[in-house]
Amino acid sequence: MRKTLRRPVLLIGFVITLALFAVALLSLVWTPFPPTKMNIVHKLKAPLDFGLLGTDQFGRDVASMLMVGAWNSLSTSILAVLLGASVGTAVGVVVAMRRGWLELVVMRGCDIIFAVPPILSAMMLGAFIGSGRFTAIIAIGVFMVPVFARLSLGAALQVWTRDYVTAAVSMGRPKAKITLVHVLPNISNQIIVQITIQLGLAILTEAGLSFLGLGMPPPTPTWGRMLADAQTFLGQAPWLALMPGLAIALAVLGLNMLGDGLRDLLDPRDNS
Amino acid sequence: MGRMTLLGSATILKSAAFGLAISAGLLLGQTGAEAAAKTAITVGMAIEPAGLDPTVAAPVAIGQVTWQNIFEGLTTIDKDGKIKPQLAESWQISPDGLTYTFKLRQGVKFHNGVAFDSSVAKFSIDRARGADSVNPQKRYFASIDTVETPDASTLVLKLKQPAGSLLYWLGWPSSSIVEPKSAADNKTTPIGTGPFKFVSWSKGSKVDLAKNADYWNKAVSLKLATAAFRFISDPQAQAAALKAGDVDAFPEFGAPELIKSFEGDKRLTTVIGNTELKVVAGMNNTRKPFSDKKVRQALMMAVDRATVVEGAWSGFGTPIGSHYTPNDRGYKDLTGVYPYDAAKAKALLAEAGFPNGFTFTIKAPQMAYAQRTSQVLQAMFAEIGVTMNIETTEFPAKWVADVLKAADYDMTIVAHAEPMDIDIYSRDPYYFNYKNPAFNDVLKKVEMTSDAAEQEKLYGEAQTILAGDVPSLFLFVMPKLGVWDGKVKGLWENEPIPSNVLTDVHWEE
Repeated sequence: MRKTLRRPVLLIGFVITLALFAVALLSLVWTPFPPTKMNIVHKLKAPLDFGLLGTDQFGRDVASMLMVGAWNSLSTSILAVLLGASVGTAVGVVVAMRRGWLELVVMRGCDIIFAVPPILSAMMLGAFIGSGRFTAIIAIGVFMVPVFARLSLGAALQVWTRDYVTAAVSMGRPKAKITLVHVLPNISNQIIVQITIQLGLAILTEAGLSFLGLGMPPPTPTWGRMLADAQTFLGQAPWLALMPGLAIALAVLGLNMLGDGLRDLLDPRDNS
Repeated sequence: MGRMTLLGSATILKSAAFGLAISAGLLLGQTGAEAAAKTAITVGMAIEPAGLDPTVAAPVAIGQVTWQNIFEGLTTIDKDGKIKPQLAESWQISPDGLTYTFKLRQGVKFHNGVAFDSSVAKFSIDRARGADSVNPQKRYFASIDTVETPDASTLVLKLKQPAGSLLYWLGWPSSSIVEPKSAADNKTTPIGTGPFKFVSWSKGSKVDLAKNADYWNKAVSLKLATAAFRFISDPQAQAAALKAGDVDAFPEFGAPELIKSFEGDKRLTTVIGNTELKVVAGMNNTRKPFSDKKVRQALMMAVDRATVVEGAWSGFGTPIGSHYTPNDRGYKDLTGVYPYDAAKAKALLAEAGFPNGFTFTIKAPQMAYAQRTSQVLQAMFAEIGVTMNIETTEFPAKWVADVLKAADYDMTIVAHAEPMDIDIYSRDPYYFNYKNPAFNDVLKKVEMTSDAAEQEKLYGEAQTILAGDVPSLFLFVMPKLGVWDGKVKGLWENEPIPSNVLTDVHWEE
């Protein structure tokens, strides 16, 4: 704990992320107003004039929409990153175990996936299965796979050169068992750090997809669509764009700080 | 000259700069002196047409560049929506309404020098109604049996059955008179008889026109030497271009919520007129549950039109109760037939067998009005227990394929731009899949008579049938939000037909 307090980056990141999760979870049981309830009489009210953060062009409460948006954004991003992390890590450790031509094929495959931006793959996917949360999760998740595959391959290869692994191999332990018992636990720290950092990226990408209309369809509030809808009201109601913009920025900042802090904390070289 | 060579290059540059400054000053002085006679205008449009021939494709943007500027018709429609003679000086209609004899104007030349006569008129009409014609309003020529040209200045149309609206239809952009040799190229280099000649088209940016010095109609005095149509789709960019003076006029400004931002600008004026743009949420009348009239009526009663207008279009716009606008002749206000009443709507829905509502999908184009209206409707339907999913459908390509051509949809929403197009509900097939012989009968009667009063009465009947049957949810007429430099005069304030007629446009001192 003392160690944590001595690391302001980690602490701030942790607090912001915790607040984000708290707001997102709270939105499941309570919001100041129903987030999809239109009240056109009270449209485009300034913050504190009506509700905490004002109302949008349909008179919906911005604060409530942001809260629900936090849940939608987080849940989509977490699922996407978990998808990417599990598939990517599995691929990475299997390749580290087998090496040879498989490594070449998988890594070049990763390069190809990496070269296609998630926005583009979401658009293509959306054309086939229609836009929505599922499309967003798949598109972002697929984009995350190479990140984790590369990371886990590199880290796993290092573990394979350790003495205790060599010992286990010489004792005739099956490679699959070594991967499970020795490799995975030893690379888990790096994977967790990467998950945190990728979560920030996933939130940003999800917002981008929603902004382009490829995210969850209305009336579900999403930060990206709130931002897109606010565009033409920028002169009249700047808070409409400012609030979701700040929410996205804050969420990404918090997760990135948490990720950086965790990396410093968990880096074995720093443990002296 | 000898002295010049002795001067250092720096001096040359300096004197060159001096000279430039002087000439610039002169130029400025000139513009100052000629401020009274500014002769160029840049008109902004949101949508760039894909081609410039209004006789081969439907998008109204084509006519908004070319109609009355480049192309003219036998008749025309003026700013009050009245039929006026144009390339036909006058006409006679036989008592049985089956023979139209047009006396054509003499001395009219196309921009390429070819003279206009009855053979050209016959060519244009035959091209529009021919078997392989792709004219967007081909049905308007369906009543024509034969086209005869007794002499160069006379055109006779013999009809199979009376067509009371024929003169009106002949004024449309799709009925423009085109010259036989150049007709095939009109998509890219339009050639007509109008007051402006086509100069160039920078795709993605603008279309340039120049005054036609040989314009036949000496009654009008053209004040503009050049005109340009610039295409800017984003409303923020439209506003910026207007404020910066890059665009002198935006006759159909894209975002009502930005209209307020012009209030402080003394140079710009805002003119709110009316259009023919009827925003209607069409339903697939043969698909369950929309095949049940009660369901459609219940949905109509769930809609508070005034709130729709407020939410979707910042309160600009007029609620309508049928597929007809207040500027159309014989208009009846039918918003009271199924007025907003959520409780009654719920009861009617229960009567139709849906006490717990139902779920369906609206295919909504990406345009702001469609998206916003859909969201407001979604909230209103939720009040009566009906769940509407919104599926954004790219307009025009995907919408035309899915909705207009395949009629594969539950509900959609679109603004119908064509004036007096109530007859689309009698078309078979058309995307509503609405079939009512009584309605078709009324519209047939409209064409059987050329008595205006009788026609208006019949149009009233047609409106009433639609208001009761609710084949579409009739929502509102979009306003024409015009924003332009206060010194620009002569632009149409209202839009009885989608257009940007520049004939009378001029700069005021």
